[in-house]
Amino acid sequence: MTTATTATAVAPRTPAGPVPGPAPARSRSVPAWVWALPPVAVLALAFLYPLALVVQQSVTPDEGGVSLDPYADVFASEVFRSALTTTVWLAVGSTVGCLVLGFVLALVIAFVPFPGGKAVARFVDVFLSFPSFLITLALLFVYGSVGMANGLWTDVTGAAEGPFHFLTTPWGVLLAEITYFTPFVMRPLLAAFSQLDTSQLEVASSLGAGPVRIIRQVILPEALPALAAGGSLVLVMCLNEFGIVLFTGAKGVTTLPMLVYSKAILESDYPAACVVAVVNIAISVGLYSLYRVVSRRAGA
Amino acid sequence: MLVHSRAGKWATWAVFLLLFVPLFAVPLLVILAASLATNWSGAFPSGPTVERYSAATSGDSLQALTTSLVTAVAASVLALTLGGWAALAAASLRKRGKRLLDALFILPVAVPSVVVGLAVLVAYSQPPVLLNGTRWIVILAHTVLVTAFAYQSVSAAVRRLDPMYEQAAAGLGASPARVLWRIRLPLLLPSLTSAAGLCFALSMGELSATMMLYPPDWTPLPVQIFAATDRGSLFTGAALAVVLMTATLLVLAAVSRIRTRASYR
Repeated sequence: MTTATTATAVAPRTPAGPVPGPAPARSRSVPAWVWALPPVAVLALAFLYPLALVVQQSVTPDEGGVSLDPYADVFASEVFRSALTTTVWLAVGSTVGCLVLGFVLALVIAFVPFPGGKAVARFVDVFLSFPSFLITLALLFVYGSVGMANGLWTDVTGAAEGPFHFLTTPWGVLLAEITYFTPFVMRPLLAAFSQLDTSQLEVASSLGAGPVRIIRQVILPEALPALAAGGSLVLVMCLNEFGIVLFTGAKGVTTLPMLVYSKAILESDYPAACVVAVVNIAISVGLYSLYRVVSRRAGA
Repeated sequence: MLVHSRAGKWATWAVFLLLFVPLFAVPLLVILAASLATNWSGAFPSGPTVERYSAATSGDSLQALTTSLVTAVAASVLALTLGGWAALAAASLRKRGKRLLDALFILPVAVPSVVVGLAVLVAYSQPPVLLNGTRWIVILAHTVLVTAFAYQSVSAAVRRLDPMYEQAAAGLGASPARVLWRIRLPLLLPSLTSAAGLCFALSMGELSATMMLYPPDWTPLPVQIFAATDRGSLFTGAALAVVLMTATLLVLAAVSRIRTRASYR
């Protein structure tokens, strides 16, 4: 109590109300916002200015002048439309898959504890620090055309080639994305579950509720904010995923980030790449703002 | 707690293992096993060899590893300075300014990293600043990408900081600079180092933006892995991937040692 009174006495400009933080940081001579300027300036130079140039480039076709022609051209092209639908359904599908799988796995770790459960939770953390394309690389060994599964099949049946060809289709990307992004759902869920009062479960169970009912009526309502936050984060990350799609090497699977890459680097068509980029930014920034709102509501 | 009968428990664990092992453990094990094999077209890899590792730690691959390490360290240090400074500055702002800074510094997470790569490429391939073709453009893009994570974790830590200490110090007559240097930064050290570890890991594995703008003489390890798998040398790719994972984990372990030494405070 004494320290608090001293602080208010020395920094009289701070009202005695509920804002304790700013007092010492606010220097006498320079206002606080001046200190925020250098990092903002660096960010503007390194990120905002480039972003603005992308928008500018998207409305300047190669012939010069300012027009919306690049947009019209790109929107009219079949490649763009199929890329847009592929991106969206892959992202939605992966998100649903991650939510279901993540919920089940987190449920078992938290509520049917087994020896080694802690180690599994730590493994999930480590998993998050690896790049996404490693999953596709591993899947190539397992389900690739000369991989383990097909090799087994040809050995057993004597057929010329195995039945697994889905890796270069959207299903391969879907499998890789669900594998890689499920831990991103599990982490917030495990955090939420660790705060859940287990006596609630005991009470419900002693009143005769079965596991399914407990999950539906006790656990699920508690987990909903974490599910919403994790799900929307995964949705945004799936929309922007590039490494997984690049590594499958599938010509048939083109997503928006892949289209940006191929337009810019392989075709050197920068206005078109910038148009796709602007569309991609609009979608993912919109969704990410939604995620921020949801997770703030959830208190995460 | 949820399942009480013995049989039910075992059934649940069996389902868990059936889902968890093939999805999460097998991919990493497969990469590890493949990196030690010459051939894999049956149930198990065959032709054990460690030759790939001698190839993966010499010549071009060694250079790619050092490139990745240098890039990741540089980007983490820059991002930590920039993001940490911004987070500390934001903490002393009023609500409006804080919200603006939050939005600005978290924006790079929301923007797809391929687009970040494209933007940096477009902006720095033209005057006034020409960085295209140099290593700096890669480091710049990585810094932009990981700054958001540094900002997020430092600002979360600043929010949890007990204001009592700095108020006491200021009350005893310490200048703001001294409060920052002697009170706030030491208290923030554990979260600063964990933010550094996060930034480092992200930058080590960064592929999307890097593919957009790497110059031929500055190819980080993920690009090298992609080049290997793209030309069909999956096994070389696997060995390089193991090198990448090991390097990342070693640095993360070293960083977390710093954290345990500092967090006794």
